[in-house]
Parts: sequence; C-alpha cells; structure tokens
Amino acid sequence: MTPALAQHHGNEDAAHETHSGQDDHHDVCGFHHDPAPGSEYDSKQTSFHHIADANVYSIGPIQIPLPVIVYAPGSGWDFFMSSKFHFETIGHGDGHHAYNRYVLQAGSIKRIPDPSFPSGDVQLDGFITKHEEKEGKEVTVSYACYDGHEYRLDAKSTADGGLFGGGITSFYDFSLTKNVVSMIIIFGLFFFVFRRITKAYKERDGMAPKGIQSFFEPIFLFIQDEVAKPFLGDKWEKYLPFIMSLFFFILGLNLWGQIPFFGGANVTGNLAVTLILAVFTFFVTNLSGKKHYWEHVLWMPGVPAGIKAVILTPVEILGLFIKPFTLMLRLFANITAGHIVVLSFVGLIFLFGKMGGSMGGSIGGVVISVPLTIFMMSIELLVAFIQAFVFAILAASYIGAAIEEEHH
Amino acid sequence: MAVLENMFFLAEFTPIRPAWGLLFWTTIIFFLFWWLIGRFSFRPIAEALKKRENDIQSALDEAKNAREEMANLQAENQQLLAQARQERAEILKEAKEASSKMINEAKSRAKEEAQKIVVSAQREIENQKKHALKEVKNEVGMMALEIAEKVIRKQLADDAEQKSYVDGLVDELKLN
Repeated sequence: MTPALAQHHGNEDAAHETHSGQDDHHDVCGFHHDPAPGSEYDSKQTSFHHIADANVYSIGPIQIPLPVIVYAPGSGWDFFMSSKFHFETIGHGDGHHAYNRYVLQAGSIKRIPDPSFPSGDVQLDGFITKHEEKEGKEVTVSYACYDGHEYRLDAKSTADGGLFGGGITSFYDFSLTKNVVSMIIIFGLFFFVFRRITKAYKERDGMAPKGIQSFFEPIFLFIQDEVAKPFLGDKWEKYLPFIMSLFFFILGLNLWGQIPFFGGANVTGNLAVTLILAVFTFFVTNLSGKKHYWEHVLWMPGVPAGIKAVILTPVEILGLFIKPFTLMLRLFANITAGHIVVLSFVGLIFLFGKMGGSMGGSIGGVVISVPLTIFMMSIELLVAFIQAFVFAILAASYIGAAIEEEHH
Repeated sequence: MAVLENMFFLAEFTPIRPAWGLLFWTTIIFFLFWWLIGRFSFRPIAEALKKRENDIQSALDEAKNAREEMANLQAENQQLLAQARQERAEILKEAKEASSKMINEAKSRAKEEAQKIVVSAQREIENQKKHALKEVKNEVGMMALEIAEKVIRKQLADDAEQKSYVDGLVDELKLN
C-alpha cells in the first residue's frame, strides 16, 4: 500500500528491449513495467502486487535486499542475499540477473526449472508474463528471456494444494521475506518494550505506572479484564500469555502494515500467517479440552442417539475445524481488503492522470484520493484494533468452552 | 495463449496462497513471541497487576478499618465525656447537699448551744438572784437585829422617846 507507487513506473531500461511490440499483445521481454502507450492503469494488479509478500523490503520507492533461503529438491539449499539478482534500488523489484536458476520478478523469487538454463550468475534479457489455459482455467505464467529463449518460471511452493492457483512447484522459499522481517521487527519491538515494562513493574513496585508502562497498562488490563477473565474463568492466568500474544502480535503487525512508505507489509493479510495463528488456537483449544467439552462434541447428552450419530456429532466435529478456519479467514480478509481499498484510492491519482499523461487529471485524482485515503486509513486503524481484539476474544471463547467444567 | 493487455505487474493474488516458508517462519516467530514475551513479560505483568490490585484493596480495607476505629474511639470519647459530666453533676449535687447539711447541722448546733447558754445564763441569773435575795435577807435580818438592839436599848430610857425612835428607824428602813 505504498502510496509512492508512481516511482515504480518509468524505469524503462531500453537496453533490454529485445523484441519490439509486434502486436497489441504486450508480450515483450523486459524489466520495465511501463504500460503500452494509451493503455489504462490497472488498479487491481497494482494492489495485488503491493499486498504480496516479497524478497525485497520497500521503504518508499527504495528496494532493500533481504536474505534468501531456498530449497529445490534435487538441487539442495541455497543461501544468498537478494541483491545477487541485481535489482534496481529505486525500482520495482525485477532482478536483472539470475542466480543458480533463481530469479527475482516483481519482488518475488522464482525459479527456472529447465535444467538447460545455466547455473550461477547469469544476466537476463527480461521477463514476460502470459495468460495461459490450464485445465480449463486461465493462469498467469511468467517467462524469463535469456539468449533468445523464453524460460518458464516456477513460483514458490504454496500450501493451498492448487486451490488458489498455487501448489507444490520445483522449489521452496524459506527466505526472510518482507513479511518475515516485519514479524521479526514486531517481535523484537514488543520483546524490548515488554521487557522494559516488566522491569518497570518490578522496580516501581507499589508506585503508579509511568511512561510506556502507563501507555500499555490500560490495553493490557482491557484484554485481561474484558477478554481473558470473562471467558476463561478461574484458569485465566494459565491462558493469559497466549491470548495476550495473539492480541499484541496481530495488533502490532496490523499497525505495522498501516505505516505509509514503510513497506506496508501485509502480514496479517497473508493467509499463511493467519493460518498459523488459527492452527495455534486450534491446538491450544483442543489440547486443553476437558471431558465435558469432548462429551458435548462427540456425544451430546440428552439428544436421541440417531440424531447424534447422523447430524450432531458430524456437525460438532466439523465445527472444531470451522472455528479456527473462520478466525483465519476473518483476519486475512479484513486486513487484505483494507490494504486493497487504500491502494485503490491512491490509485485514483494514476487512473485520473492517465499514468502521468494528464497533469490536470492527476491533480483531480489527488483532490479525490487524499481525503478518501485519509478516511480509509483512519478506518483501517480502527480495524487493526478491532481485528486483533476479535481474534483474541474468539480464541478466548473457544478455549473457555473447551476448559469449562461440568456444573450441575 | 490469451490476449494479454497491459501487464505491468504480475498480478496474482498471492496472499491467499500460504507459502511454506512463511508458514514455517510464522510458526517459529509466533511461538517465540508466545513463549518469551508470554513467560517473561505477560505473566509477570499480570502478577504485578494482581499484586497491586490486592495492595490497593488491602489499603482501602485498612483505611476503612481505621475510619471505623476512629468512629468507635470518638463514640467512646463522647460516652466518657457524658459520663464524666454526669459524675461531675452528681459530685456537685452531693457537695451541695453535704454543705447544706453541714450548715443546717451547724445552725442547729449553734441554736442548741445558744439555748444552753441562755439556760445556763438564766440559771446563773436565778442563782445570783437567790444569792442576792439571801444576802438581802441576811442584811435585813442583821438590820432588824441592830434595830431591835437599838430599840431595846432606848426602851430602857424613855418610853415616848422610844416610840419616836422606833418610828424613825422604821422610816430609815423604808428608805432602804
């Protein structure tokens, strides 16, 4: 959601223009992403690019290299910095070089599975993206151009099993991506801040809270008294660290992604992150489930056996998975949607300005875009808190239901 | 190959595809977050807050107790004061009674004494009177004897003269 997207467009590298545009198919190899003259700005694609994870960290228009850790079955592990790809520092994140058959396209690492492509550091001619038919579905496939040939690129393996267009490919990316780095920063920040707060509670024992301690205390108390205590009953202290961790981890990342020009990492808007948080919740809930809970899930007392066997038990078992599944989707959808809306509003400037072709249009776009973006970002700040709170309170309610003792 | 228009980004909705690396790192980082910050910060903070809550509660309770004690003390003081006042009143009353009694006693005693004095004075007067009368009687007796002696002596010389002499004596006697 970097509002400085403008800088990404206009770094035309004419040297790599190997093929001239022979038709209206924009299938020209190159590293630039300039639209063909007269073509329209595509807000959707811009948004999708900016909410995606990346192997570079963008601060404003500046691309910072990140460590790459990749594994390809057959070729083994590779460790290097993404600067090996020779991407432009002020640019869009296309690597001009391939390294060990890995390339960087639009900030994301890809691999050339074709073994005929030379290993090591190789200068590329450019990339090309095509839409192809695959099993009746239209898929987007990228190619790297080298030595007059087009080499098909593999995206990293994903865990969706092809459901969302991903799946297992020729390599796995364990790099410290933009999202991973954001999580490490948030972890480090909270670790440091809460260390200081804990110290303050020890040193200022019996005194009123002060400074950062008094800033976090109401938030901490709110989660403790409004989320942990009401839902978790007597055992709230045991689950408090988990609920607090969920809340502060999500809140920190939500807010981190809201900072303009600072990467705008869409971490909690990435299904992988929310999936893991949901999986943690699932395990904490079901591993602390008491007899009462399992009895209600598997064989609800007071219901005829037939109904139990046919409807209730299957539904309840399904419910065990649906609950964390909704947690995962809710956070993902809210944060991603927020990012897309903000990006779309910012995109109005480019849409109205016809990609810099019309100055008056750009000014008109700014007049409309700025208030809308400010409005949307204010809402997103609220959403950042609400979604962290909702995730925490729902996790607490699921755990609370699991640890509830029979009271007859 | 489909027609491709204006593709300046590889526009795929990748956030919905959970990458294995991100899954892996999220697991590790969230676990560390939970374990390290939870154990070394969230738990101690919750304990510190609980302790402070208890401290505040006990301080409030203490203040309440102190206030109650104060109230009790004040009530006690009031009671003592009232008691003291009553006692003072009683003492004063007793003292008044005692003094009036003493005065009355003194008065009656004085009266008695006076009575006694008067009685004894009367008796003395009586005695003095008797004594005086007795002396007068004795004197008169002596005088009578002297007169009688003188009469007797005159008689012997002259009768007429005797008579005038007796008369003269009687006159003398009357003068006395």
